[in-house]
Formats: sequence, C-alpha cells, structure tokens
Amino acid sequence: MIYLQLFLGFLKVGLFSFGGAYAAIPLIRDIVISNNWLSDEMLSYMIAVSESTPGPVMINTATYVGALKGGILGSAVATFAVALPAFVIILLIMIVFKKLLKSRIFNFTLSSLKSSVIGIIFATGVIMSYENILFGSHEAGFDLRALILFVLLAAVYFIPRAYKKKISSILLIGLSAVFGAVIYAI
Amino acid sequence: MKNNSKIKNLFLLFFTFFKIGLFTFGGGYAMIALIEDICVEKKKWISHDDMLNVTVIAESTPGPISINCATYIGYRQAGFLGSVTATIGVILPSFIIIFLISRVLDNFLKYTVVSNAFKGIKAAVGILIIDASYKLLKQTKMSILNKIILIATVVVMLAANIFSVRISSVILIISSAVVSLSVYFVSNKAVKK
Repeated sequence: MIYLQLFLGFLKVGLFSFGGAYAAIPLIRDIVISNNWLSDEMLSYMIAVSESTPGPVMINTATYVGALKGGILGSAVATFAVALPAFVIILLIMIVFKKLLKSRIFNFTLSSLKSSVIGIIFATGVIMSYENILFGSHEAGFDLRALILFVLLAAVYFIPRAYKKKISSILLIGLSAVFGAVIYAI
Repeated sequence: MKNNSKIKNLFLLFFTFFKIGLFTFGGGYAMIALIEDICVEKKKWISHDDMLNVTVIAESTPGPISINCATYIGYRQAGFLGSVTATIGVILPSFIIIFLISRVLDNFLKYTVVSNAFKGIKAAVGILIIDASYKLLKQTKMSILNKIILIATVVVMLAANIFSVRISSVILIISSAVVSLSVYFVSNKAVKK
C-alpha cells in the first residue's frame, strides 16, 4: 500500500537526518530510488526547486513525492512522517531526557555519527556529479555538455570565494538554468 | 476568559511560525536568525540562552532545524497543544507551495527550454551538495576516530557505487555509531585499568 510505504520511507528520512537539510538528501535519494518513486534526474530537479522555495528540503521533497504518488493524502502522509521524528524527539528531550544532551557518551557517539554524515553528503555530491557527466541526461553515454557545465558552474561558484565574495545557492541555480538552456540548445 | 486567551495564544503561535516558514529561504541557519529576531527580540517568548539551547538541541537531533525550534518554542509557550500548533504552522507554507508546484512541474518539463534549463540545474545541485559537506567539515572539530569514520564512509560509498552494490546510508550511519560506542567503552575500560 502506497500510503504505508510513503509513511515508513519518510519516517526513516526524518529519523536519520542528523546535520541539517543536506544530510537528508542521501537518505531521500536511497528511498526514492529504491522504491522507484523518482529518477535521479527528477530528484535533482526537486532539490533545486526546494532550494528556491522556502522550507526545509526534506519537507519539500516529502510533500512532492507524496503528491506525485498519492495525491493530497499521499503528500500529507509523507510530510507528516518526515516531521514526526523531530517533533517527538524534541518533546522527549524537553520532558523526559533533560540530561541526555550533557552526557558524555551521547556526545561522543553523536560526533562520530555526524562525521559519517559529512562523508555521506560528500560522496553523494560526488556520485551525483560524475553520474551526470558519465551517463548523460537521456542518452546513456559520456555527456560533454554536462562536463562543460560542471566546470563552468564550479568556477562561477568557487572562484569568487578567493576574493571573499559569495555566490548564493539560489543565484547559482538561476545561473545554471540559463547556462543549461543555452548549452543544450547549441 | 482563560480559555479565550489560551486560544489567542495558539493562534499567535500558529501565525508567527507560519510567517517564519514562509520566509526561510536558504535553509536552517537562515531560519535561526529569523526565529531569534521574532521569538526572542520581539515577542520575548524565550530568552537568548534558551535560543542557544534550542540550537544545540536542533544540531544534535535528526530532522529539520525549523521543526525542532517550532516544537521547542511551542511547548514552552503553550504545552503539547502549542508544540503541535507551532510545528504545523512552520510546515504549512512549504507544504502548500510544493503541492502546487507538483501539479505543474511535469507539464513545464515538456518545453525543451525548461528541460534544458533543468539539465543545467542538475550540474549545480551536485556542486551545492559537495559544498554543503565542505561547510559542515569546516564547522566541525574532529578527533582522529571521527576523521577515520568520515574517510571510511566516503570510501565505502564510492566503492559501492562503482561496483553497483546498494548500501543504504542508514546502515552507514548506524555502523559508525556502533564503532564509536565500541571505542568509547574500550577506551573507558582501558582508563579504569
């Protein structure tokens, strides 16, 4: 049953996304791809849409995937599931486990857990980038345009930092849309 | 009378967090600044120290920071009902916006210009994700154990991808917790001896 699958899938995302919005992306990727809910391509569009709209990425993706697979009820179920762990855990900490956050063992384990999450985020970014370049967008094969885009965008994003200027993520997404429309039209 | 002010309080929580949910572009940390401004400075719902406390809790627990904050402040203000109201309030704006987008996105992608633009966006998303991990890395002080865990995670994930083996990231997260706990207990025993 799709509602139950949506609920359990996004409950897992909500429960294991330590370390903020980007930590959820690898988990979301696992779940939507193993269930065949979204292609890698649609997932990256969704991440871009989430970045350009208000709200946390994991809520936005849950709403989107839920809506796609189960209409308004599906989106409500998925959004509820992804928010539930954070909600319950905060209440538990405020009411029952007031001392948990100060305990040494908790912080020791948490710091390792977060390090692993940083690794997972990095590897996911690398995997998504090279798959995009090696396997192209539609035709299975090396995509030269994707490589050019990647190098161009990385330059636009990172070079200003050397001069202490920052390009915001929304601006990068806007620029990438323009570059994509131009490069793929040639 | 007392009931009336309770309901008023809940409405206020709802609308305040609805507004916060509507204006948080740019992720959790942008939101902390906004919550600080509204809930600490203007409404004086919680103290600055409390806010710092929420931030630490939010960072140590799974889930979006916005939900952690809404639940915490809502509970402080009006108990369980308050936490529910604030949490729904903060989620609702993005829920409505994304639901509407989900109805039209597929139709938009039928235009070649739009689908080409999205191919460009795909390249940008990879860069943003790599950058997110770099930013987190810069904020974190790491012990040798944690550095090893980080590198091992990257190697395992990349190797699994190259050899087309599926390893869920949940498994990787749980394994790192198990390794860390074992090291904790072994080193504690060693100290006691």
